[in-house]
Amino acid sequence: MDFLNAVVALTNFVLIPAIAYGSQLALGALGVTLIYGILRFSNFAHGDSMAFGAMVTILVTWWFQSMGVSIAPLPTALLALPFGIVGTGLMLLATDRVVYRFYRRVKAKPIVFVMASMGVMFIMNGLVRFVIGPDDQRFADGARFIISARDFKEWSGLREGLAFKTSQGLTIVTAVIVVAALFWFLNKTRTGKSMRAFSDNEDLALLSGINPERVVMITWMIVAGLITIAGVLYGLDKTFKPFTYFQLLLPIFASAIVGGLGNPLGAIAGGFVIAFSEVGVTYAWKKVVTYLLPESLAPSSLVQLMSTDYKFAVSFVILIIVLLFKPTGLFRGQSV
Amino acid sequence: MSQSIRTPLMFALVALLFILQGSTDWWIFAGSWNASLAILNMALVSAVMALGVNLQWGYAGLFNVGVMGFVALGGLATVLVSMPPTPGAWSAGGFKIIAGLVLGAATIVLMIWQFKHMTKGRRRNLIMLATLIAGFFLFRWIFDAGVAGVEAVNPAQTGYLGGLNPGGQDNYRAHGYMTLLAWPVGGLLAAGAAWIVGKTALGLRSDYLAIATLGIAEIIVAIIKNEDWMARGVKNVIGLPRPVPYEVDLQRSADFVAKADALGMNVTTASTIAVKLSYSVLFTVVLIVLIVLAQLSLHSPWGRMMRAIRDNEVAAQAMGKNVTGRHLQIFILGSALCGLAGAMMTTLDGQLTPGTYQPLRYTFLIWVMVIVGGSGNNLGAVLGGFLIWFLWIQVEPIGYWAMTLVTSGLADGSALKTHLLDSAAHMRLFSMGVILLLVLRFSPRGLIPEK
Repeated sequence: MDFLNAVVALTNFVLIPAIAYGSQLALGALGVTLIYGILRFSNFAHGDSMAFGAMVTILVTWWFQSMGVSIAPLPTALLALPFGIVGTGLMLLATDRVVYRFYRRVKAKPIVFVMASMGVMFIMNGLVRFVIGPDDQRFADGARFIISARDFKEWSGLREGLAFKTSQGLTIVTAVIVVAALFWFLNKTRTGKSMRAFSDNEDLALLSGINPERVVMITWMIVAGLITIAGVLYGLDKTFKPFTYFQLLLPIFASAIVGGLGNPLGAIAGGFVIAFSEVGVTYAWKKVVTYLLPESLAPSSLVQLMSTDYKFAVSFVILIIVLLFKPTGLFRGQSV
Repeated sequence: MSQSIRTPLMFALVALLFILQGSTDWWIFAGSWNASLAILNMALVSAVMALGVNLQWGYAGLFNVGVMGFVALGGLATVLVSMPPTPGAWSAGGFKIIAGLVLGAATIVLMIWQFKHMTKGRRRNLIMLATLIAGFFLFRWIFDAGVAGVEAVNPAQTGYLGGLNPGGQDNYRAHGYMTLLAWPVGGLLAAGAAWIVGKTALGLRSDYLAIATLGIAEIIVAIIKNEDWMARGVKNVIGLPRPVPYEVDLQRSADFVAKADALGMNVTTASTIAVKLSYSVLFTVVLIVLIVLAQLSLHSPWGRMMRAIRDNEVAAQAMGKNVTGRHLQIFILGSALCGLAGAMMTTLDGQLTPGTYQPLRYTFLIWVMVIVGGSGNNLGAVLGGFLIWFLWIQVEPIGYWAMTLVTSGLADGSALKTHLLDSAAHMRLFSMGVILLLVLRFSPRGLIPEK
């Protein structure tokens, strides 16, 4: 019985949150990796673009809510998502047109792109704060739980409850669908293949008649989809606050590099590696350990390896270890 | 326009902005010398930071996005040096904390030794893992006991180890020179952190250094926020000693009052201006010394080598230059300048408030200064520091003015008008982004280009 309780506690506090968070990171890291593969720079505006996508979705959600449109038990935000994606896509295409295209033409060094993306980051950040403000925003509605802790306790008779939030279930299902669709697109369609060709060898792709501007445009559209979905899911699961999205930049970059920059499969693996280490290291294991050990050995402390405030340190340390020992990442990414 | 005319002209224009701020309340200007000097002091500090970033970016092409972390380390140094030691804190657990930290460091060194000197294979990995686990738990056991002891010492007032000020709790303000000693210490702390980052991330792709520095900055600020035994964390350390006189003392001194009367000034205003001016003089001396050093180094063989490396790494390597080694050297130097500036800033504020360290303000704004001023040119970076800091402060009144103009057609009290006027404060980030992109696109060499 105690063993079952331990398993339930572990699932409730570690596995489910880490899988949901990992899916969100993976979606974000896929965006970073795609931009890196096709446009060949690390996009510092990524986190703030994510906030922008979530913001557009939230505004449309509020509009729907005010009209009484709802798809309960699912959150209304899901209905608003396509609008958010289109809005973000237009925004990203506009930034590409106004900012990045010029540097592509003059064949600027990657670091100049990074710097330009820093300017875009400022603008996006200012824009989001300007429209929606710097504070927390609530936009989740619909059923809160798929399985609530009390129902689970009654059903199983265990002491530990297992709560499975709608936002978590939604995150996992959406992430699986999106990733499957993306891989189908990259591997099976003509456009997807041309994107991979462009990422592998730009000169060869140009020689075989691939239109680079078209590839870039499609990349931005896909990235808009990925980051809006990731941003909205993160907002539903935790909370929407513009500054948190900026801070997500570090774990997202870490996921992409750990997996191997430019490698989509690596981005997904990296997202889960980072999420599981972050949750695992900052979780207070006392409950699980108490169930597993005999009473006399029960720990008196929290058995927490690091306080939650240091969760960024976890992604950073993993990043440093990977940079030191395997700079191309776990799944051979592009050159160092 | 030749550079020899352009540089003084640009500086004169920026000086004019500060003079207008002090003398007239026309348009967006405040018309107060106090306000003008407050901006000037922070601008001087920002100029030192910009010099540091320019050293890294302008001389060597290194992209450091962790300025905030190095600045925060400088601030920490100010507390660690200039505050008095907390009575009883060392015996309550201070030594245990130090022992724990030494043990933690020893574990890492031991692991590095094992990695380098043992034969590859599963046995080495297992031994390293065992060392890590044993070392970690031993570290936490000793360290946590020490932390609990120190933080229990009068937590409402102190609850931290305190610094090295010889004056003790009651008389530490008399030893204001201690804050000056803290400035180089801040530089040293930042240099140490830079060495760790540089060792791992230099020599890889240029974006990797950016991401690694972004990470280390977040971690440094997280540590300062959470390790209460060090500098009280988010409870803040206030009332740091000053290297300059206090306003109240000036107002009490008969000599000063007589001088203020002779100038026909209100004594309170005169005292605040005198204090701010003393800071300005201190900071200006530091800035001028640094500019001279930076200019000398730029025109020395060392500076030429750095630029040769920046412009063509492969060619420089072929000439026998150790590119990664030079990069590490200049990365440490630049970060040390940021640390020094951080210590100066905390001295100016008179308090350490870890909650206020924001990357957009302390990292990315400094970058805007360097790019706008002219990367690769020390005077350009300094000019950028003055100009952008002035704009950063003044964008709010400008934004409010612009918003009032835009919304003048709307009815008073309408929701949109209130929202737009309230959001004028967020114009800061937006306008800095626009300035950065415009300069990068149309004048990538900045206001005062590199020669």
